[in-house]
Amino acid sequence: MAVKVIIPTPLRAYADKQASVEVQAKTVAEALSALTGKFEQLRKHLYSDDGRLRSFVNVYVNDEDIRYLQKDQTSVHEGDTISIVPSIAGGAR
Amino acid sequence: MVTKTGIPAGPAAGKPAAALSKEEVLRYSRHLIMPEVGMEGQLKLKQAKVLCVGTGGLGAPLGLYLTAAGVGRIGLVDFDVVDSTNLQRQVLFGNSDVGRPKIEAAAARLRDLNPDIQIDTFEAHLSSENALDILKDYDIVVDGTDNFPTRYLVNDACVLLGKPNVYGSIFRFEGQITVFGYPGGPCYRCLYPEPPPPGLVPSCAEGGVLGVLPGIVGTIQAAETLKLIIGKGDHLVGRLLLFDALGMKFRELKLRKNPECPVCGEHRTLTKLIDYAEFCGIRGEEAPTIVTNIPEITPRELKSRLDRGDDLYILDVRETHEYQICNLQGHLIPLGELSRRVNELDSSREIVAHCRSGKRSADAVEFLRKAGFRKIWNLKGGILAWSDEVDPAVPKY
Repeated sequence: MAVKVIIPTPLRAYADKQASVEVQAKTVAEALSALTGKFEQLRKHLYSDDGRLRSFVNVYVNDEDIRYLQKDQTSVHEGDTISIVPSIAGGAR
Repeated sequence: MVTKTGIPAGPAAGKPAAALSKEEVLRYSRHLIMPEVGMEGQLKLKQAKVLCVGTGGLGAPLGLYLTAAGVGRIGLVDFDVVDSTNLQRQVLFGNSDVGRPKIEAAAARLRDLNPDIQIDTFEAHLSSENALDILKDYDIVVDGTDNFPTRYLVNDACVLLGKPNVYGSIFRFEGQITVFGYPGGPCYRCLYPEPPPPGLVPSCAEGGVLGVLPGIVGTIQAAETLKLIIGKGDHLVGRLLLFDALGMKFRELKLRKNPECPVCGEHRTLTKLIDYAEFCGIRGEEAPTIVTNIPEITPRELKSRLDRGDDLYILDVRETHEYQICNLQGHLIPLGELSRRVNELDSSREIVAHCRSGKRSADAVEFLRKAGFRKIWNLKGGILAWSDEVDPAVPKY
């Protein structure tokens, strides 16, 4: 299944500056694995040392947070969009 | 989605609505002739009390539009001083304000814009000690700060006090906007239970920001604030709005209340404010560092070794556009490309890696040491320190 993964601005430096990447996957886990396989440096930004998705990085399938679906086992379908949304704090300075 | 509800009853609720003067009727006439605002909405605005935390990039448009709209009482919290790098986006300030406390310059500008309203100023770092006291008198809090500890502090204080928190944050070309802390709605900790470790996510000072971006995001925060006050329209409660100025796209994601949230969930473990610097992994006033055992060379040491004619290879791990601002004539491999371009480097030579401030090059040195490089050092303080200590002709950015 071809799905689009949207890379947020802070992580684009580790994904060849691309705003989105298309990968083949049946689940979110497969999609992220395909993505980090392509861009090795993304891995440490998405996963902590114990292999869990970092708690300041949220992943959405279309507009739903995967924490409220089947987490990284959430299935994805042709044409779905996966968004990686890390917390950002800028504003004043 | 929450629709057509007013803000939770604040201390002003139940008081008879003050009337508008003849001058105010004229000033706010473009509001008054719209049924969605009208006299009722304008009087609600006049009675409203909004606290803006931060008077920088987001606080500038917020302060200007809330003041212009006739919000009766506006509190400003900031401790910073205006500097010339602020003027690229912080439209509250002018050249003559450089060196002035932001709070003082902001209050003067806003009082000039609308002398009828009350501006309260708090020249302070918002802290666990003062936050509840400062926030308690306001109906709505607008978060325009620039760091994770203050964002968690504002969130927790708003949840504890039951006040809506109009949230906006920005990075480069991208913004996130939502309303947290609305009764029944999610809070910041529902969205992000924990902050990133220090150093992993760059700030605007490190990553840059398109000047107009805080203008757009802060103006959306202002619009949400005005709608919460007048109780009209669909609020961003339970919705995270993402804005990408480069692609010029808005997207919307669902934001759910986390039943296990420690501050607003069913079994709360957090019932008072905590030490947010510690929570965010920043101890004391030290600069956050995640890597400690990286071999370093100071700018002065590097200069004397170069003057001696030592064969040192300078590796610049910044981006091409930064190289164009200033450089030490090093070999440019941006950090993000290092893993696939490592074969361009000769591990038998002595290498000094540098970036702007020394953070990215520390990552590069760590990576290269793992890859087997032994004669490699990080330039302490980066090209900024080089400018300070060796060659002031190198511009700082």
